[in-house]
Amino acid sequence: MLGHLGWVLRRNPLTALASAGALVLCLVAAFSPWLTPYDPIASDVPIALQPPSAAHWAGTDQLGRDLLSRIIAATRLDLAIALSAVGFSFVVGAVIGSFCGYAGGKLDRAVGRLVDVLMAFPLFVLAMAMVAALGNRVENIVVATALINLPFYIRFARAEVNVRRDLGWVEAARAAGESHAAVVLRYLLPNILPAMAVQISLNLGWAILNAAGLSFIGLGVRPPTPEWGILVAEGARFITTGKWWLVAFPGLALMLSVLCFNLMGDGLRDILDPRQRT
Amino acid sequence: MAVADRRFSLGATARRAARRLLSSAPVLFGVLVLTFLLMRVLPGDPAVFFASGPNAGQAEIEAVRKQMGLDRPIPEQLLRYLEDVGTGQLGRSMTTGQPVVKDLRERLPASLELTFAALLIALTLSIPLGILAALRPGSAIDHGVRLLCSLGVCVPTFVSGLLLIYVFYYLLGYAPDPTGRLDVFAASPPGITGFLIIDFALTGDGEGWRAAAAQLVLPAVTMALFVIAPLARITRASMLAVLGSDFIRTARSLGLSRTRIVVTYALRNAILPVLTIAGIVFSTMLGANVLVEKVFSWPGVASYALDALLSSDYAPVQGFVLLMAAIFVAVNLIVDLLYGLADPRVSIS
Repeated sequence: MLGHLGWVLRRNPLTALASAGALVLCLVAAFSPWLTPYDPIASDVPIALQPPSAAHWAGTDQLGRDLLSRIIAATRLDLAIALSAVGFSFVVGAVIGSFCGYAGGKLDRAVGRLVDVLMAFPLFVLAMAMVAALGNRVENIVVATALINLPFYIRFARAEVNVRRDLGWVEAARAAGESHAAVVLRYLLPNILPAMAVQISLNLGWAILNAAGLSFIGLGVRPPTPEWGILVAEGARFITTGKWWLVAFPGLALMLSVLCFNLMGDGLRDILDPRQRT
Repeated sequence: MAVADRRFSLGATARRAARRLLSSAPVLFGVLVLTFLLMRVLPGDPAVFFASGPNAGQAEIEAVRKQMGLDRPIPEQLLRYLEDVGTGQLGRSMTTGQPVVKDLRERLPASLELTFAALLIALTLSIPLGILAALRPGSAIDHGVRLLCSLGVCVPTFVSGLLLIYVFYYLLGYAPDPTGRLDVFAASPPGITGFLIIDFALTGDGEGWRAAAAQLVLPAVTMALFVIAPLARITRASMLAVLGSDFIRTARSLGLSRTRIVVTYALRNAILPVLTIAGIVFSTMLGANVLVEKVFSWPGVASYALDALLSSDYAPVQGFVLLMAAIFVAVNLIVDLLYGLADPRVSIS
């Protein structure tokens, strides 16, 4: 098993690199309190707005806080939001979609309509309105991001289960006396997991961008909590006076993390389904 | 014969349009109901807002509530709301003091102008890139396009927009101050279409046109950068599939010129998926405009809705969401009709 994984990664050096990057990101998130060179929220006004230097690799912000420390500290929150949102929509979407695809009929049509309605909304706007409706808190960013992702998972799982429900091994499971719920949960769901893993990986990057976008416009996370979107929003005020590092470094963190998850997703797809290679 | 064919396809197209519109009615209705429910969940009591102020007495608030119909049962409120929407009343914005419909009408051209410009830039870059990559799969240019696509979707628009401002406004000084559609000192053209670029062109005001175009370039490029990737990818994939088909081999063996094969035969057959994605991209861009409009202080509908949202003024948000959903349905319809134009076989089946 591990040997096969190693072979696959050697064949796709880019995927291996991206997976390594994703792993590093998770490690940084897990150990961020021990990795920050300075206190991420301690201000030191005399050294405010300094460009990158040997002491402060990414420069300092308008309150003299070390930007690198703030970016590292933000990793945990950003990844936590993205992971929990995608996890939530994956679990709920996969179960709903599988049952719809398996059962068909009225339930399937009703859910299909609801998905159509959700998808007719501009998704980012829907997320904005939901965060406003539920209250301006971090949990609600997770809920909003999860909800706007949900339709894609439902559709995906529905389609994947639908093509499998009359296959021989499903028939066999039913004939062996398994209940419908067991057929869906124990046979069909595990079978579509690999395909959904691709979706999850590609979705993670999107969720990170979405959460950062929401906090950039002032929804969800509030300053002084370090979060990539907020760091960029704070830096935006100084861009016309040439303080590029305040935007460039948090932006780089966002870009690299999204890139890692996207490349990993692409690589997974190539491994699992070579026909869809683009 | 040709004329008869044409008439036939026009009729078929009209029928298809009508069918599509009918089939999207339930979705639009669902959007209306969902928006209504969402707005009822939003925090804050509109009656308190509309009463003379936070110090208004309980009796006054009750009177306003009765007047606004908020004391009625929810289903009745929904019916009244549907009636209002049907007659084009979307309420009044508390921040601007104007009817929401008027505000939206004033600001929609700004958003549309930006989105159209971005889509145009994205298409003129991504279609040639996609074609080039498809002509030589595995070559340096193919890998280059792929790299560009991978990077493009990873940079959030609010970061790339700010960095473009840094380079082109602060460092090079090419771009004007990134605040809005037009310099505060510049005279705005008479509102003919609301699209500044078109209005200035119509009135023959070259200087004004250049000023408006200069303001438009950076935000439009910012948005375009983000959507080049899906467009170039689908062009490449679609072109690859078509270039491998038999009729292209036949065209080659007949000795047709390379340009003719690629542009006339392959591209026309490969354009359908590109159209679909372009439609989706357009709708997404209108919604995701919020970030770009905020970075460039662009006076569009999205930033209007955002400001309203942040100051708990919900009528504009509701109007905005409805508008976006309506545009979404309209764009899908247009894409569907363009299908018929690009490939007549579609309108027959």
